[in-house]
Amino acid sequence: MQYEAIIGLEVHAQLLTDSKIFCSCSTQFGAEPNTQVCPICLGMPGVLPVLNKKAVEYTIKTGLALNCTISPYSRFARKNYFYPDLPKGYQISQYELPLCENGYLEITVDGEKKRIRIKRIHLEEDAGKNIHDPSGYSLVDFNRTGVPLMEIVSEPDIRSPKEAALYMKKLRTILRYLGVCDGNLEQGSLRCDANVSVRPLGSQEFGVKTEIKNINSFRFVEKALEYEIKRQIKLLSNGEKIIQETRLWDSSTGTTQSMRSKEEAHDYRYFPEPDLVPVLISEDWKEKIIKEMPELPDAKIMRFTRDYGLPLYDAEILTEEKSLAEWFEEAVKLGGKPKEISNWIMVELLRLLNEDGKDITSCNLKPSQLVELTHLVEKNIINRNIAKEVFEEMYKTGKSAETIVKQKGLTQISDDSIIIEVIKEVMDKNPKEVERFKKGEEKLIGFFVGQVMKLTKGKANPKIVNELVMKILKE
Amino acid sequence: MELHKLTLTEVAKMIHNGEIRPHEVLIDVFKRIQEIEPKVKAYLTIIPDKAYDMARDAENAIFSGRKNILTGIPIAVKDNICTKGFLTTCASKILYNFYPPYESTVTSKLLRQKYILTGKTNMDEFAMGSSTENSGYHITRNPWDLERVPGGSSGGSAAAVAADECIAALGSDTGGSIRQPSSFCGVVGLKPTYGRVSRFGLVAFASSLDQIGPITKSVSDAALIMNVIAGFDPLDSTSAPLESTDFTEFLGQDIKGFKIGIPKEYFISGMEEEVEEAVKQAINHLESLGCIPIEISLPHTEYAVATYYIVATSEASSNLARYDGVKYGLRARGEDLLDMYMKTRSEGFGQEVKRRIMLGTYCLTAGYYDAYYKKALQVRTLIKKDFEEAFKKVDFIVTPTAPTAAFKIGEKIDDPLQMYLSDIFTISVNLAGVPAISIPCGFTQKGLPIGLQIIGKNFDEARILQLAYAYEQATPWHKMKPNL
Repeated sequence: MQYEAIIGLEVHAQLLTDSKIFCSCSTQFGAEPNTQVCPICLGMPGVLPVLNKKAVEYTIKTGLALNCTISPYSRFARKNYFYPDLPKGYQISQYELPLCENGYLEITVDGEKKRIRIKRIHLEEDAGKNIHDPSGYSLVDFNRTGVPLMEIVSEPDIRSPKEAALYMKKLRTILRYLGVCDGNLEQGSLRCDANVSVRPLGSQEFGVKTEIKNINSFRFVEKALEYEIKRQIKLLSNGEKIIQETRLWDSSTGTTQSMRSKEEAHDYRYFPEPDLVPVLISEDWKEKIIKEMPELPDAKIMRFTRDYGLPLYDAEILTEEKSLAEWFEEAVKLGGKPKEISNWIMVELLRLLNEDGKDITSCNLKPSQLVELTHLVEKNIINRNIAKEVFEEMYKTGKSAETIVKQKGLTQISDDSIIIEVIKEVMDKNPKEVERFKKGEEKLIGFFVGQVMKLTKGKANPKIVNELVMKILKE
Repeated sequence: MELHKLTLTEVAKMIHNGEIRPHEVLIDVFKRIQEIEPKVKAYLTIIPDKAYDMARDAENAIFSGRKNILTGIPIAVKDNICTKGFLTTCASKILYNFYPPYESTVTSKLLRQKYILTGKTNMDEFAMGSSTENSGYHITRNPWDLERVPGGSSGGSAAAVAADECIAALGSDTGGSIRQPSSFCGVVGLKPTYGRVSRFGLVAFASSLDQIGPITKSVSDAALIMNVIAGFDPLDSTSAPLESTDFTEFLGQDIKGFKIGIPKEYFISGMEEEVEEAVKQAINHLESLGCIPIEISLPHTEYAVATYYIVATSEASSNLARYDGVKYGLRARGEDLLDMYMKTRSEGFGQEVKRRIMLGTYCLTAGYYDAYYKKALQVRTLIKKDFEEAFKKVDFIVTPTAPTAAFKIGEKIDDPLQMYLSDIFTISVNLAGVPAISIPCGFTQKGLPIGLQIIGKNFDEARILQLAYAYEQATPWHKMKPNL
């Protein structure tokens, strides 16, 4: 029997606000344990939360980008459970009235567009971190407690691990465009839980689902889901039942392991948070936020293909990061030819950045430098191969193309007399090849051109070399 | 001179005029405490050295011309209000060693005025109770009859004021915890409108009901304290964004023509005859002063106690989850995490607190939420509407504060339901959020004080105080002192 997977994702995104959601403590990652805490985020007796307006704005922005309805009236709720990293014994979250509802995100699967519906986006506080000391003690670091966290819940519209990965990637791109989350799965600023079930292909009913937690890398989104789908199909094929449970992804073994069953699931006893007043979002406020919205990736892709005549593939890659798209546009604005610039970025720049594990924001190379380089090529001052060398040098040193060309003497040799001399030298050194060519082995032309280029250290104008080699050999 | 016997209004005036120094007042108050406290046991913590330091600060302030209305006034503070570096236990074993690293907003405001903290007063553990018998440390006795309770949960503050062991006090009121003990101890207690006074630093019992307020020897004392503690606080999202008010503004003004509502649901069987009689006489007295009594109805009154015990316990079950032994307070040794949690909370909390945590946890449990918590919120809305309707017809609502005068120690402690009913007249006010005051309106034959409750419209405390003041000035009750 053929099976179909039904997947819904719950994504937690840490918001890039300067301060925590209910107090003024810093949200900076990586500080010494328990140095970014105060009585409020520590949940001491008698303290009260005060909502960070910025966190609400970031959530509204995300809701707008994901085509959600922004609730004019929303409120917080308490989610009650005991755990040492949760200092109040409850997490302030949202339950009945989230900030955003009923949106969608569009992904492109094998060239086809597909909408994944977004059920809701709500705002909550992050918990601290437990550290289990080898000495037998457990320690708690409350620095993360109260960092604003946005939960984005999709409908079960995802049908394959690949779609899940595309959804995550697109979501991450949008969050980064909005500047609301840095999207780092490894550091945990973006976290993904998945609800997975399978059903016979063609069936309309949903199967029993499991929840997969701890998927902490993009690589694992697909892997964990693939494993879990296989596991469920195997069980069903063997006539066994799937148990509704929460399972933990273990990247070291590449498997999911049972964490707790439905019966052991918490009753969180949600109720409206009495220490906070309802959040009222006026049309004015919403309008103001809409005005601050950046151009989103889909719109940018459309504009890049339309205005710059770029192929869809180029546009998609260039817009994956807002900063890269801006870099590209800056170069075009400075007089670069769009497709030419795009090629340089996609072939050379992204390769170099990737090798260094950097991104465009920490890159020395400026758009103006690339434009200057393309001008040098157009004016035949250097040839394309030399240009690649110059590009790499610019990337590393930040020097201008002209400086590099001058310092290294890379200017293209277009003077016929010089090139003819070199050709003659090559012919003198390789009489056999000259003989063979003359007997009709015309493909040897490449050999001669290559030798000339080698002797000129690549500086000769290849077009002229080609013409002259042909002419002289045929004489 | 026995300065401890004076009202806040009197002491403040004398300090202001330079007739006495804060130091002298404090000496008299501590003399009184030394003499009376072993009998009354109103306080949990008294640190004379700190108080004398504060008196010195006050005198320096006066000397350099920076004096305010509460400068140098010895004030007692209920032990669920956080005072920085000063033991704050909520009368619970679970916080036996808790020294807050922060100051509540109300005490910060008092500190800015250079008040003197006499000490932290006893209470029912986490403000859960109506007799102060639920304190995790000791019981407090009613200064009018040492065999009787002072009421609760702010029993320590009310007893301290009644026994002149301070000049004034702060209490907190979730279902009557300022007004009922004020009634039992023959003093003035004001529960402000929800949101009028910041809750920051008040250890939460039921967040949507809790309010801090003054317990004082006179109505004008209460107004003076309100002038300092009321107002919007950016640290409390539920505090009302209102301009500051002068609560003494209408004191002494005529009360002719005020319409006072008498809710028929508040004069029913189960009330002590002497209480009913005293309250009726008080209403007659108000009429003789020009008020117009009008019978009104608050039809959902009978559901108030049930509603309250669902809303308050639900919130409490969550608010008290933080006492888990991990970060501060009591930690019992356990085999593992769960065992530590359970032992800590079993040892740290008293019986009534545990009862309410269980009640509230049950009400919020999936499957029961709609039947209990949600239903209670709906009834709460109806109760609120009762008051809105009533206040379309009248300016105030006048009722007894409690159905009885102070009862005997031990009389109701084993019967929680009977105990809960002693708040039957005060609970609706918290559910509706409106302000109310309790003022003395007579004594039983046994010499126990009786309290009159005046309920007003939202944020109409200044008018409540005006009416209360007029009655107080026309009657002798507030001048009576217990014979200790």
